[in-house]
Amino acid sequence: MTLWWIGDVLLLVVVLPVVVYLLNGVLAAARSIDPSVQRIAAAASAGSRDLDAVPLLLTTQAQVKQTVEVVAAYGGSLDVILDDAEGS
Amino acid sequence: MPAAGVVLIVAVLLIVLALVYYLVSTIVALRKITAGLDDAIAGVGGIIEKTAPVAEVVTDINRNLDAGVDLLEGLLVKKAGLEDAVGLVEGLYPGAAAQGLRNFPDSRTITPPRISEVYTKGTLTLARLGREAPIAATSPAGPVLRNVEAGSLDARSLYPETRQTHPEKLARSPVIGTNAPVQYEPSEQRGGTTPDEAEIREKGPWAETAAEGIVPAELGGSDAPPELLAEDPELGSSALGETTGSEEPATESGIDPGAGDEADATSDGGPEPPPEGAEPDLKDATGGPRQVDADDGS
Repeated sequence: MTLWWIGDVLLLVVVLPVVVYLLNGVLAAARSIDPSVQRIAAAASAGSRDLDAVPLLLTTQAQVKQTVEVVAAYGGSLDVILDDAEGS
Repeated sequence: MPAAGVVLIVAVLLIVLALVYYLVSTIVALRKITAGLDDAIAGVGGIIEKTAPVAEVVTDINRNLDAGVDLLEGLLVKKAGLEDAVGLVEGLYPGAAAQGLRNFPDSRTITPPRISEVYTKGTLTLARLGREAPIAATSPAGPVLRNVEAGSLDARSLYPETRQTHPEKLARSPVIGTNAPVQYEPSEQRGGTTPDEAEIREKGPWAETAAEGIVPAELGGSDAPPELLAEDPELGSSALGETTGSEEPATESGIDPGAGDEADATSDGGPEPPPEGAEPDLKDATGGPRQVDADDGS
């Protein structure tokens, strides 16, 4: 009978607090992850919205190509109009 | 049932309840994490999808810009020369000459010539005219500095203040020449100011002479009456030259009088030519008239 009581005391005084402590730690860790994940999701969403202007790069690409063509045309005209520097 | 058994059952029950509470709470937290990660993954997926063509497009843009830079650099160096091209770049973008031109590694070692002053004038002009100049004090996005509605009044403000009051009569400008309101004798003033007593005292007795003029009229200065002037004033002689007044020849041998009034320096001067058939000497190369002169004379 004494051994029964010793087992009861161990369960109530040692095992139960340890179990509660450990499970509480797991729960706290899991709950601390959630805000970080939410911030990551918000950042990813904002980043995705910022990249909505990426298709405009196609317009930029065409504009740059046209600009370089115009510069080349002007450069060719200047090459004809202006004399070269001495020694070149 | 013994009391110890009841206590045991209660203890186990408490442990199970604790397990259930914490595990369920953990499951709920993990589900929220899963939902958040799903959102994050969706956002990241969108980023990946949208940035997929960026590399190709940017590479093409850079290739075109490289071609433009090569073109402009080559044209600049071809037309201005490498040294002046570096100077132009330095003038427009101070400090840029240290980096040199991309396609001309030698440009990094060139000390840029200071030719930016040319553009400084243009920049100042722009600054006066409008807002395009980079040195404008106000923001380029602000209104123009030039008053487009009262531009002439602004320009008038550049003149002395006496003209801004619109006086009825301004002092006349000094008149010079024979009709000048005040006539000065040339002997009184020959340039500079007439020294007063203090200046004469400071500079010495010679300054007193300057107060009377270089050559007073009564001593034959240029403003003296004609009867006091010499027949050939000294100024005219020095400017125009004068004859020697003598029949003595100016050279030791004089002009060969053999040809008389028909003497011609192209045919009658110079040393005697070598005899016929003799080997000419180098020293005789200049002897006699030139063939072209002989032909002209014949």
